[in-house]
Amino acid sequence: MLVLTLLSGRVGEVDLAKLWTGLPRFASYFYDILPRLRSETFIADLSEWFWNLDGWLALLLDTLLVAYVGTLAGAMAGFVLCFLASANLTRSAGVRFAARRALEFCRTVPEIVFALMFVYAFGFGPLPGVLAIAIHTAGALGKQFAEVVENVDMNPVEGMVASGANYGETIRFGVVPQVLSNFVSYSLLRFEINVRGATVLGFVGAGGIGKELISAIRQFYYADVSAILLIVIATVFLIDWLTELLRHRLLSLESGG
Amino acid sequence: MRRTTTSQLLTDVDQTALRLEYSKTLRVPLTRRLPTVGVVAVGTALAVYALWRFGFSLDKLVDGAGRLGTVVVLMVPPDPGNQLWNYMTALGETLAIAFLGTFVAAMLALPVGALAAKNVIANRIVHFASRRFLDSIRGIDTLIWALIWINVVGLGPFAGILAILTSDFGTFGKLFSEAIEAADRKPVEGVVSAGGSGLHGFRFGVLPQVMPVLVSQVLYYFESNVRSATIIGIVGAGGIGLYLANEIGQAEWQKVAFLILMILATVAAIDWLSSRVRFAVIGGRGRNVD
Repeated sequence: MLVLTLLSGRVGEVDLAKLWTGLPRFASYFYDILPRLRSETFIADLSEWFWNLDGWLALLLDTLLVAYVGTLAGAMAGFVLCFLASANLTRSAGVRFAARRALEFCRTVPEIVFALMFVYAFGFGPLPGVLAIAIHTAGALGKQFAEVVENVDMNPVEGMVASGANYGETIRFGVVPQVLSNFVSYSLLRFEINVRGATVLGFVGAGGIGKELISAIRQFYYADVSAILLIVIATVFLIDWLTELLRHRLLSLESGG
Repeated sequence: MRRTTTSQLLTDVDQTALRLEYSKTLRVPLTRRLPTVGVVAVGTALAVYALWRFGFSLDKLVDGAGRLGTVVVLMVPPDPGNQLWNYMTALGETLAIAFLGTFVAAMLALPVGALAAKNVIANRIVHFASRRFLDSIRGIDTLIWALIWINVVGLGPFAGILAILTSDFGTFGKLFSEAIEAADRKPVEGVVSAGGSGLHGFRFGVLPQVMPVLVSQVLYYFESNVRSATIIGIVGAGGIGLYLANEIGQAEWQKVAFLILMILATVAAIDWLSSRVRFAVIGGRGRNVD
């Protein structure tokens, strides 16, 4: 452990002296990004701090919609792929192997890498962000969905097959009623993660508030940095709280009926 | 085949008669379906609005997909050119960032996690304040922390280490405090009643109980941080991400493909390694989903 630590300290160019001299700058950075609010002109100062509130809120809406559409599209793709990847519904080992590797690939390549490539192919804007999130979400949700599907009660499925249902009907009436609430719960959780992800995707030009944030940080518009960070953190908290509320409702619905 | 005979059997029994007899079970009243229909309608409307707002068109999608297809063709075969050694060094840097960031964060978070746990410090104000503090740290993404640290220590892997350290500090603080809260009180009472101080109670009563949980959480976050550390270079905080962003920017697709393959192989190797270590530490297979 000690050897590894020292080795990675060397490779990572750890410089405690630099950190020590830098620390006051770290503290003063947070002091600098704090707005100058005086009690006598509080309202005016506040409106100056959030001078571009309308523009930021519009960009934030973009970010949220990128996360939403990306999650929706990804969940749909994951929904289709999860049945192919689960051992109890797909007999062919070849199909299963292909589906699992495809999901793994989508999940392991970081979404910002997809975003960089899509920005190259589709141009700047929200579209590459949506696609990047959709692909990553399909990989992550597809795996979780497949695990749920592999744990379903097989009796209804056998019943459907025995009464002459085709593959689609078997899944619709034999599997989906058992897994739907779990699927929705996982998707909501993933939406939460994607809201954070979509903020950062703006850094590489894939739409939303991230573009504004990175230019504010790079150009040292201190008050803007804190204003945007506050808006983002507040939104993330709000979304976390809302999805948690929804998931609890969903779970109580399930146990109630 | 068997399928056709069974469906024929059902026709023989007369489906309409069956439908009439079980009409209550078979027909779901509209009032019960309304919420579902409503949710689906609102969800679809929102998606359509979003696509309209983004100026989405099928032409754009087809155009872009065409360009993407060209890119994928150009990626074959993956080839590092003469950069192989640089890439390997950068990959080592990435692993070092993830390793140091995760483990220093874990060490710093342990005392804070203990402070934030209800059963160690029974003061509600301390509990509330430390929790909100940790929440705010977690609310800011690793990449944003990287940008902030670059302002402090300059470009390079050190900023990356500090960024991962900061954001993991928030996560670990919360996870550790939850694990400590879930620990059994009795060993602590035993230690204290035998004359140990509060600190002794924590060291010998709580820590042995929670250690396996903490170690497995730290390992899991190490895996996840290897992924984060690969992209942290995109904003200039060291590691392989810098090369990746550069090669994409210069449209060197064969190198990009090679870098992506390198990342995939490393992530797979680290996952395998850490699941082995976790298995050894907790003596059971912990399941984690990223």
